[in-house]
Amino acid sequence: MFIIRKKRDLTPVTKLFVVDAPLVAKKAQPGQFVIVRIAPSGERIPLTIADADAKAGTVTIVIQEVGKTSRQMGLLKEGDGILDFVGPLGRPAPLTDKGPVVLVGGGFGVAPIYPIAKALRAKGVKVISIIGARSQDLLILEAEMASVSDELLVATDDGTKGHKGFVTEVLKQLIDSGRDIELVIAIGPMVMMRAVGKTTEPYKLKTLVSVDPIMVDGTGMCGACRLTVGGKVKFACVDGPIFDAHQVDFDEANRRGKMYATEQKLAVDRFEKAHHSGPCACGCGGGH
Amino acid sequence: MPEHETTPAKRLPVKRPRAGMPTQDAKARGRNFNEVALGYGEELAVGEAERCLECKKPVCQEGCPVEVRIPEFLGKIRDRDFRGAYETVKSTNSLPAVCGRVCPQETQCEIKCVLGKKAEPVAIGRLERFVSDWAMGQSQDKPARIKPNGKKVAIVGSGPAGLTCAGDLAKKGYKVTIFEALHAPGGVLIYGIPEFRLPKQIVAEEVGNLEALGVEVICDVVVGRTITVDELFQQGYDALFLGTGAGLPMFMNIPGETLNGVYSANEFLTRTNLMKAYLFPEWDTPIKVGERVAVIGAGNVAMDSVRCAFRLGAKEAAIVYRRSEAEMPARHEELEHAKEEGIVFHTLTAPVRVLGNADGWVTGLECIKMELGEPDDSGRRRPIPIKGSEFTLNVDTVVMALGTSPNPLVSQTTPGLDVDKHGCLVVRDEDGLTTRDLVWAAGDAVTGAATVILAMGGGKKAATAIDKVLQGAK
Ligand SMILES: Cc1cc2nc3c(=O)[nH]c(=O)nc-3n(C[C@H](O)[C@H](O)[C@H](O)COP(=O)(O)OP(=O)(O)OC[C@H]3O[C@@H](n4cnc5c(N)ncnc54)[C@H](O)[C@@H]3O)c2cc1C
Ligand SMILES: Cc1cc2nc3c(=O)[nH]c(=O)nc-3n(C[C@H](O)[C@H](O)[C@H](O)COP(=O)(O)OP(=O)(O)OC[C@H]3O[C@@H](n4cnc5c(N)ncnc54)[C@H](O)[C@@H]3O)c2cc1C
Ligand code: SF4
Ligand code: SF4
Ligand code: FES
Repeated sequence: MFIIRKKRDLTPVTKLFVVDAPLVAKKAQPGQFVIVRIAPSGERIPLTIADADAKAGTVTIVIQEVGKTSRQMGLLKEGDGILDFVGPLGRPAPLTDKGPVVLVGGGFGVAPIYPIAKALRAKGVKVISIIGARSQDLLILEAEMASVSDELLVATDDGTKGHKGFVTEVLKQLIDSGRDIELVIAIGPMVMMRAVGKTTEPYKLKTLVSVDPIMVDGTGMCGACRLTVGGKVKFACVDGPIFDAHQVDFDEANRRGKMYATEQKLAVDRFEKAHHSGPCACGCGGGH
Repeated sequence: MPEHETTPAKRLPVKRPRAGMPTQDAKARGRNFNEVALGYGEELAVGEAERCLECKKPVCQEGCPVEVRIPEFLGKIRDRDFRGAYETVKSTNSLPAVCGRVCPQETQCEIKCVLGKKAEPVAIGRLERFVSDWAMGQSQDKPARIKPNGKKVAIVGSGPAGLTCAGDLAKKGYKVTIFEALHAPGGVLIYGIPEFRLPKQIVAEEVGNLEALGVEVICDVVVGRTITVDELFQQGYDALFLGTGAGLPMFMNIPGETLNGVYSANEFLTRTNLMKAYLFPEWDTPIKVGERVAVIGAGNVAMDSVRCAFRLGAKEAAIVYRRSEAEMPARHEELEHAKEEGIVFHTLTAPVRVLGNADGWVTGLECIKMELGEPDDSGRRRPIPIKGSEFTLNVDTVVMALGTSPNPLVSQTTPGLDVDKHGCLVVRDEDGLTTRDLVWAAGDAVTGAATVILAMGGGKKAATAIDKVLQGAK
């Protein structure tokens, strides 16, 4: 059992957990992930390490509620245990010594961007961060990102905060303004990462993304996470999850991500029925 | 006449055909995950044991990598001393309930049995299973207290190699800790071999027996990621054993392999067995089976995959194999069971590419017919494609069961630990000493994908060698 030390609701559907996992904390590098299982009958799901404190022996993860497991996890409280918490998995993000680096985080993707920003700053690399969400109240970790960025730019789809529109528009403005940029790293929903790749490609600007295919073991054993990068099949859990945005076959990745769409819907419907019929005492506040 | 002339009359071998294995009805079992082979009852077991000649020079034993004292345990079954029979087996084989079920006996112990020359060999595996199942139903004696010898050994991987090595060392007084990457111990026994062949409860009980001996099992630790080999030594372990198996799946590198609906056998079986996808949605992990499934390959892994697919609800589940039935590497019994259950076999057939629709889902498997030519390096006749014989199998799921290779996570993060060109750990001697001092290895990680009993034999040898070296180092 891995005990949850702290929990913070970042938005109604995004929860931050600080978990006791001393071995993982000691080894975690920015860009790596863990695989979590919360019930004996549960699924194994991958989550990016959003921060790690080797001294305290804790690892921070941020989860966005999308399907059954993430919703069920959202119900966990401080003091509760997570059954399995294995990692750190995947290759660390390649941290350059040369900046400036533009970090783009969309939705829950701001969380995995944070440790990369922190590490780059610690190496003295200039960091420009662009974070975005649909609306101001869905924007996460703004203060934390400000503390590890030389510049922080914000975009919301509805214009409630910062630029009205997509993070890619802010990124394009930045590039077009002639700013010197060494590298772009983008993490967020697949559509966003693909758009960032499309934006930087004409400029031949090196861009890395952290893809999130469906996984089972996370150690190279099953091949569920395979995707095509530069015409070659890669296993995201051991060869990635960070890849060159201009090389990733996003069409295929998207399509593979939907492999269990029917089953996922069935699982969510069952879960909602169990948890949201009538006033609910489970602590979830009812209705997501 | 041989020596048994002098033994009491009731000990004379009985001439009768080999006792058949009671099984679940083929039609019913083809659709459920309960165990197929039901096991001998006491009468069948005693009757079968009575067939043994108790040879002075028991050649059967030579076929067993862990040297089970076969005539001795068979004699005890005949005398209805089931406890004694179990203890005889258990004294050299730490996982008899597993081996009795999954050993390829027909190529190990039973192939050597002298009775096999004229009639059928004694059903050694089935009797081994019988005594183990009998013992599990009895109250277990507390294991005798073992005096700790003050030394610590770390075992990486909890498959048959790791479990055997751990058990043998624990019995000698070592403090043994097993580190396992997955969330449950057992290796292939838990994630690969299906419930209907090896109930997971049996694996759990065997692991429980080890824990009763004082072995500590820590899951969710990926050595090479969570902790390295060097860090384990820094933590005070005196020696290490690597039983990390051969878990990396191979694909064919034919077009269409990343389509939705193409699985590696590892993924297909892990979802089904470890994650219990056959219980979805009560259990959370889903699996897509489709109506028509093609499994490529004809080893144990392929047979398990195809039989799982059928049990998961496929209308038709087929094996696609490029050689003929005679070359199939699967255990004979599994092949027979698969046939009885209605599995379809496309032999002398090789896949060329996987076909898909506009949404990226599998719609078919293009194949080519093969014929057998001259024998190749493996001694089997080489399959050669027949020009122009391409045809399409109408399937919506394809499972690749082509074999596996060792996972490089440990070797990549351990300086001085050498692997060969297949990724297998290099060992310096018969006991499995790797190219790093005080690090031993055995099982699939060394041999490439092989068998449970070979992995156990390797684990056992390594345990003896570790003991010898560490005791010498006192
Ligand atoms: C390397 C990696 C890092 C990730 N980091 C984070 C993170 O920090 N925070 C976060 O909220 N999410 C993260 N994800 C995604 C997260 O794993 C999925 O959202 C989660 O598995 C959904 O489970 P569910 O049961 O709630 O939803 P489901 O109903 O199962 O699925 C909803 C969506 O999640 C995807 N998904 C489903 N199962 C998996 C799986 N086993 N692996 C990956 N994706 C899956 C599906 O494609 C689908 O689009 C990451 C994924 C990967 C591969
Ligand atoms: C589907 C299937 C059916 C089979 N059927 C039969 C059969 O009927 N009869 C037979 O004799 N053989 C059979 N085999 C083969 C047999 O199962 C294997 O040869 C045997 O399990 C090998 O044992 P092992 O201990 O070497 O490795 P494994 O059983 O593979 O165990 C290795 C363990 O190490 C763990 N591990 C790997 N890397 C790390 C790491 N870095 N850190 C921590 N842990 C790690 C793995 O998670 C795994 O649990 C079958 C195999 C498969 C896949
Ligand atoms: S362990 Fe396997 S090979 Fe040895 S006697 Fe038992 S069934 Fe035969
Ligand atoms: S070879 Fe056959 S008959 Fe002889 S001891 Fe072994 S099992 Fe019995
Ligand atoms: S998740 Fe299984 S190989 Fe990557």
